[in-house]
Amino acid sequence: MPAANPVFDVTLFILFLIIVTGAAVLAGRYLAAVFSGSLTWAPFSRIEHALFRLVGTSPEQEESWQGYARDLLIFNALGFLILFLILLLQGILPLNPQQVPGFSLIDALNIAVSFVTNTNWQVYSGEASANYFTQVLGLTVQNFLSAATGICVAIAVMRGHTRKMTDRIGNFWVDMTRAVLYVLLPLACIAALILLSQGVIQNFDPSLKTTGYGGTGSQTIAMGPVASQEAIKELGTNGGGFFNANSAHPYENPTSFSNLFEIFLILLIPAALPFTFGIISGQKRQGWALYAVMMMLFVASLGTMYASELSGNPSRALQDVPGVSMEGKEVRFGLSGTALFSTSTTATACGAVNAMHDSLTPLGGLVPMFLILLGEVVFGGVGSGFATMIAFVIVAVFIAGLMIGRTPEYLAKKVEIFEMKMALIAILIPGILVLVFVGIGVVIEGGLLGIFNPGPHGLSEIVYAFASMANNNGSAFAGLNAALPFYTLSGAVVMVIGRYVPAIAMLALAGTMARKKTIPPGPGTLPTASPSFVLWLIAVILIIGALTFFPLFAMGPIAEHFALAGGL
Amino acid sequence: MTWQRPLRTAILLFCILFFITGIVYPLFVTCVAELAFPSQAHGSLVRNGSGAVMGSELIGLPFTGPHYFEGRPSSTPGSPYNATRSGGSNLGPSNPALLVKVKERIRHLETLGISGPWPGDLVTSSGSGLDPHLTIDAALLQVPVVAHARGMDEDAVMALVYQNAVPDPLSQGHPYVNVFALNRALDEHGVP
Repeated sequence: MPAANPVFDVTLFILFLIIVTGAAVLAGRYLAAVFSGSLTWAPFSRIEHALFRLVGTSPEQEESWQGYARDLLIFNALGFLILFLILLLQGILPLNPQQVPGFSLIDALNIAVSFVTNTNWQVYSGEASANYFTQVLGLTVQNFLSAATGICVAIAVMRGHTRKMTDRIGNFWVDMTRAVLYVLLPLACIAALILLSQGVIQNFDPSLKTTGYGGTGSQTIAMGPVASQEAIKELGTNGGGFFNANSAHPYENPTSFSNLFEIFLILLIPAALPFTFGIISGQKRQGWALYAVMMMLFVASLGTMYASELSGNPSRALQDVPGVSMEGKEVRFGLSGTALFSTSTTATACGAVNAMHDSLTPLGGLVPMFLILLGEVVFGGVGSGFATMIAFVIVAVFIAGLMIGRTPEYLAKKVEIFEMKMALIAILIPGILVLVFVGIGVVIEGGLLGIFNPGPHGLSEIVYAFASMANNNGSAFAGLNAALPFYTLSGAVVMVIGRYVPAIAMLALAGTMARKKTIPPGPGTLPTASPSFVLWLIAVILIIGALTFFPLFAMGPIAEHFALAGGL
Repeated sequence: MTWQRPLRTAILLFCILFFITGIVYPLFVTCVAELAFPSQAHGSLVRNGSGAVMGSELIGLPFTGPHYFEGRPSSTPGSPYNATRSGGSNLGPSNPALLVKVKERIRHLETLGISGPWPGDLVTSSGSGLDPHLTIDAALLQVPVVAHARGMDEDAVMALVYQNAVPDPLSQGHPYVNVFALNRALDEHGVP
């Protein structure tokens, strides 16, 4: 019986990725115009100038990397504080028709960190324990601001690599304002309307009690202002669902079209950033080269996920249930819509889900885990993934330079010891966090108690949890009881370090790169836009990403696959 | 490096952006929703003749056979299709509990007189626990049982299934029906 139509699905994938690429090229140009300040439309720029004067800054006042990082940290700390207070006090705040009480101290800490760092790891069930005030004024606001923070880092890194003999990499306040007002806000408004047309809800009604039908008995349906949050949740690669079931919930993602549209939103800005980089650096081929790396890794991952889910659960005990394994999946998305969503949400730092990743087949579940552990460089988060990709480029250039006996250069600038240190910090910190905390999680009782699925899958749950938090993804093998104190507290630490240490390292790298002179390309210069460099970069990413975690993959999903297929 | 000046800028800018993204933006979306998509914005609700809300077009209901088509199993906490606590079972592919649940479900369907091979969606729970849909295959499998229970012609019931297939151009290879809509059509068509 046909549960999926591979020919149609592959055609759909190809068309979809062509559309994404086309949109990304256009969005990339737009972003370049916004952040170079060349987007000037008189009424807007007057308002903008008034706004900057009011807050006490101006686009001309650029900062060194230290100043940029300081401003970013202050702004994020403030956002954390406000969100933390909202979460604690939501019981006495308005817009609370269900009389939801405030969060406990450690839950509030975890959630506030989670949303400020663009992780959106959720220890709570949205419809049950967050009221409308929290969802709208707490979480939606941070969905905008944390995404804009990521864009700022990416843009500052781009400036660092393309300027010369200056220590200035931009003005954080100006970049933040423009990222929100010119990029995220207009796109979110349009996206929210398209989602509404598909059936995503937007109201402040209390939960609704129905009469039921045909002997089903009454049903109570949770309501809320979903569309406004859903749009920015995908666009900002935040991923924190209004409802517990996230984008699997029919009110968040009602149709197969809304599903493709949400995937499009997730990929749009991350996929646009390489093109922005190409324009800002004046070498569009550099942007295309990075995009090619991302696309090749994406297609390979998507293919693996699709094939694994298509062949279904390898268990022999389920032979009379042939075809696609539907546990945790929704009928309306089909296999193509499910595989595309799961791959996109973990290739980027989004973390929204339209199927329960915990219930994917072993190798299907390996794909999201693998993509997250690569550092989400495949398209990346809004901003943060691009910065990590640049760190990989620096490392790739360095290794290649050593191999051919030349001074490593990128975009006509020498890569030296300090840059290497910063690039390695950006790449290795999330990985170290994962290895250390998984190590702790599997030996202490507080960690093991959280496991829901037995056997190798239990290890996968813990690995996925820390991978997701350290790389600010936010999706989960959600069987894991993330509400245990071990996970909430260590998670908060992991999310903060995983977000800010790489970001500051990349800003430092940008700062020192900006200071350097450019050197004219000579015959010994390594061309970084060539097909061979694209392949080389993929190899470096895979060697670092895959080898660091291969033992965990082997003991988790791969062991589970063979155990099931072998009938153990 | 000074901290006071950036702090002041941060507070002011935060207030402005908080106002725009936390108040203006959601209000704008809500207003447009009320004007342009009032039915969708309030949950695509389905009302009976007297105006009472029976359910939502988008949210599944826990129908039980043989008089009605059964939807997918649901793993929501408390009761199936609990629309205040969405979520999946999160059972991993190798979890013995998954096998137990699938076998239980198959036994239930068999007592209704339905037999395999089983379409995956009919015997596994969805990600949201609220999936309103069922594949055509899974609905067709129930046709003889439903038709028999209602004393209807099998062909007529089968025709209803096909008529209620969701017109979704993206569903090539996996056509599906809305179970709530199908069951309403069933009641409209003949005596229960």
